Amino acid sequence: MADQQHEWILRLGDDALVLAQRLSEWCSHGPALEEDIALSNIALDLLGQARALLTLAGQRESQGRDEDALAYFRTDREFCNALLVELPNGHFGDTIVRQMLFDQFAVLRYEALASQAVDLELAAIAAKALKEVRYHAAHSAQWVVRLGDGTEESHRRVQKSLNVLWQYTAELFEDDAVSKACDEAGVQPLNGSFTARWTEQVRAILDEATLTCPESTALLTGGRSGRHTEHLSYMLAEMQVLQRTYPGAEW
Amino acid sequence: MDLNQRFEAYIASDQKIEAKDWMPDAYRKTLIRQISQHAHSEIIGMQPEGNWITRAPSLKRKSILLAKVQDEAGHGLYLYSAAETLGISRDEMFDALHTGKAKYSSIFNYPTLTWADMGAIGWLVDGAAIMNQVPLCKCSYGPYARAMVRVCKEESFHQRQGFQIMLNLSNGTPEQKEMAQDALNRWWWPSLMMFGPNDASSKHSEQSMRWKIKRFSNDELRQRFVDMTVPQAELLGLTVPDLDLKWNEATGHYDFGPIDWSEFEQVVAGNGPCNRERIEARVAAHENGAWVRDAAAAYAEKSAKRASSQTSAA
Ligand SMILES: [Fe+2]
Ligand SMILES: [Fe+2]
Repeated sequence: MADQQHEWILRLGDDALVLAQRLSEWCSHGPALEEDIALSNIALDLLGQARALLTLAGQRESQGRDEDALAYFRTDREFCNALLVELPNGHFGDTIVRQMLFDQFAVLRYEALASQAVDLELAAIAAKALKEVRYHAAHSAQWVVRLGDGTEESHRRVQKSLNVLWQYTAELFEDDAVSKACDEAGVQPLNGSFTARWTEQVRAILDEATLTCPESTALLTGGRSGRHTEHLSYMLAEMQVLQRTYPGAEW
Repeated sequence: MDLNQRFEAYIASDQKIEAKDWMPDAYRKTLIRQISQHAHSEIIGMQPEGNWITRAPSLKRKSILLAKVQDEAGHGLYLYSAAETLGISRDEMFDALHTGKAKYSSIFNYPTLTWADMGAIGWLVDGAAIMNQVPLCKCSYGPYARAMVRVCKEESFHQRQGFQIMLNLSNGTPEQKEMAQDALNRWWWPSLMMFGPNDASSKHSEQSMRWKIKRFSNDELRQRFVDMTVPQAELLGLTVPDLDLKWNEATGHYDFGPIDWSEFEQVVAGNGPCNRERIEARVAAHENGAWVRDAAAAYAEKSAKRASSQTSAA
């Protein structure tokens, strides 16, 4: 059980870290100054969550790994984030649709984690993160609506983003031995238990955005067990370069 | 007393000019040039440091660097807003930047080659920016002075964070120390150039001093910067790349070697190592964002129409 809880926290941390890393790529390339600042803000929040979660995961693992050891010295096969968050940024619409799909999930997950009393350290991190992801969720939903119900071009573009990204959403709700153990321990209900509320909320946003909710198609999965897209290894190569080039150095 | 004399007397008595006050055209134009150039520098300055966010060597450093670059975007925002009070739009200013009509600080046309450059930029470039900007907190134009107060607070954080990076590297492995020295070698002279041409050849100075939109001369500020920074380099155990540098007991200042103004002029003329990349990246961000801004505008218009038809129905 301890093993599985450590793995569980690592998943949460990796989701946050990988998405923060992606969003930070936007810095100085945003569509407007205000949005550059907003995306950096979200990246900073997620990075803060990742640091807290990885630190906790390292403590639970008790092999002396801190946040940086976990971030910089694992391979892509050892990362256990969902595929959705590692996908390249694409254009702003791709980024914002990815964000909306993830934020809606993150809110539900952190609500559950913040309200349990089995793992109080995790609950404290979740309570802080929940405030942040609620803000992110409002921001991304607002943008999906603006782009969906903006111009013909923006509508066409984000509908396409949605059709592509949708294939990566089912993975968020999958359950396995790790999530079942967390459910049994009372830390977090099964991921599958969030499906209905997530679907309802996402559909409401898409309706307002005049976008069509894609039919379920081929659903892509594998991130939780370390089978990622081709993109993650490149991301990690870039992220880890200094630590790997100068092992043991302090920065 | 005519308007102009009243204006000059008002400034001479250290009063602030506000957006709605009468001001001579030349004052307005000079301020627009200076503030927009400053805003552009903040925005272009995001790129050389943005270059290392994804490769920052620890999560803590990543977080600090990302927050810093985000601050610079905020500075750009305050400054564009301050310039807008003078009757120019952000779009017009962007257009001038993108077409090469407007200048920005040449320092950002140098590449960031190693992580140590994040230290050197914070320490030297933000340090030089503070020297230049602190006096502007008291400049005669109210909206600019107020923007600078906010900006300067954050710049001093940046400077300390940059120094901390340099300190860690200097106390680190031999490779890290070498990285720090190399960064100092590359950034030292361009940082001194940030204060602009020598007083003898500075074209805008005298008028701007009288209008109190510049309060110290380029050479005075440069000297202050050298005097402040050399002891810090000693503390780091790094060598300032200037053989002529030495303490002058008589003047109470450091003497330093001549600046290679031909390099400065080359970079200002657009021939620095990264001029083309910086503008291209800026233009690409702007053009790639056009459909997003259009969509936001279209949506806002639709929403306003819906809201007004609802109120008229109700
Ligand atoms: Fe700044
Ligand atoms: Fe700064």
